[in-house]
Amino acid sequence: MVRLIGNFDIAEEVVQDSLLAALEKWPVQGIPDNPGAWLMTAARRRAIDVLRRDQRYAEKVALLERSIVPYDPAEADDRLRLIFTCCHPALAQEAQVALTLRAVAGFTTQEIAAAFLVSETTMAQRIVRAKRKIVEANIPYRVPEGPDLIPRVDAVLAVLYLMFNEGYLSRGPQVASRRDLAEDAMWLTSLVARLLPDQAEVLGLIVLMRLHLARSRARFDAGGEIVLLPDQDRTLWDSAAIVQAVEVLNRAASLASPGPYQLQAAIAAVHSEARTWQETDWAQIVALYDTLLRITDTPVIRLNRAVAVSHVAGPRVALGELNDLAISLRGYHLFHATRAELLDELGETALAREARLQALELSQNPAERSLLERKLGA
Amino acid sequence: MKYVLLFVGTMEDQKRFENLPPEQLAAGMKAAEQWFEEYSRSGKIVGGEQLKGPETATTVRFNEGRAIVTDGPFIESKEIIGGFAVVQVKDLDEALEMAKAWPSGPVEVWPAVER
Repeated sequence: MVRLIGNFDIAEEVVQDSLLAALEKWPVQGIPDNPGAWLMTAARRRAIDVLRRDQRYAEKVALLERSIVPYDPAEADDRLRLIFTCCHPALAQEAQVALTLRAVAGFTTQEIAAAFLVSETTMAQRIVRAKRKIVEANIPYRVPEGPDLIPRVDAVLAVLYLMFNEGYLSRGPQVASRRDLAEDAMWLTSLVARLLPDQAEVLGLIVLMRLHLARSRARFDAGGEIVLLPDQDRTLWDSAAIVQAVEVLNRAASLASPGPYQLQAAIAAVHSEARTWQETDWAQIVALYDTLLRITDTPVIRLNRAVAVSHVAGPRVALGELNDLAISLRGYHLFHATRAELLDELGETALAREARLQALELSQNPAERSLLERKLGA
Repeated sequence: MKYVLLFVGTMEDQKRFENLPPEQLAAGMKAAEQWFEEYSRSGKIVGGEQLKGPETATTVRFNEGRAIVTDGPFIESKEIIGGFAVVQVKDLDEALEMAKAWPSGPVEVWPAVER
């Protein structure tokens, strides 16, 4: 059985470690009365070790930033294999995403739970189940080939996109923006692109990531406070990177296979090409969101569309659209923050304050919290 | 690694299959046989059977150590198991590949406990 576990080598994964510990101990000590409870206790103990490791990871990243890291193809292959294993269709999609974040990117279960708006317990169980299935059903550790490859890539892209978002604006309590993680996601996406050079959506995702990173210097001020898009100093944007990204987007479009990543990249491109917030082509952004909703209709996309709608049709119309999302997004801090902005525009200061307090309660990111606190104080 | 492939379906699937015109029914049976033959030749099939209908099944339950024999399958549902194959392959992907090549209906892929 140790051999079985050995073929899926994520040594730092909490539960698998506990499982290993159990396998090592039980033959000697006998199976405990309640193996389930024993595993949970062991997993919790291991979790403390993992937290220490995260500290070391941060130090390692800091060290890497100061030196030139040679590209290691063997390591790249390993990561790609690991990603495809975590994104295997025999696992539920939610579990695929969670497992990749945990095993490939080293997220804590708490961070993943926050990203998916579920409780930490739920997320931990999801990861445990996925992990066990990989071992028990012997899901292979390799990059798929032949006709299997394309459908498997879709699952991988979904995961990488979430990883990027989490890295771009981490909701974790310690750091405001984990640039390294966003860059990690972009690097992994380029690996997939090298594997599949003619996949328009892979290119679309790369463009989306590049456009976000090209603007990232303007996202925080000198004091580490978050600066929202309308207030950003656009001269800080990397205009050369934006031009290059838009070229890649045009190449993706020429493959005539549109999809959600290309559409989101196009939305980001409209923002990136506007010289000022006021000059933004909001009508085009609303139209792109409408097309996007026809492919993937999610509450978060509707929320983003409502922001664009507020610029075309005014805050009252946008607020009306937000009301339809009140239940599905009640645990999402940006829903309440957006509502607060719209209510402010309508002069509903008391209601705006209430919404902002709710957003503050739900947000874990220090930069976002600080922004909300500043607005509450004003 | 060993997997058991369960060929599952609904009672309606079963009836529809039985009521097919003779030549279509024969073609369906032939396709399944070919699947078995092909994978047996490559040594991936360790065992397997086609099962008769659920109306022919009998269940033995135990109540306080006493065996109770009843008519019908244990799982009282509209789903039935039409047959199974025990396969010996490298990993889940190989088992899934076989399941995808199965000519008729859904297939459940269960890993077997290794001894």
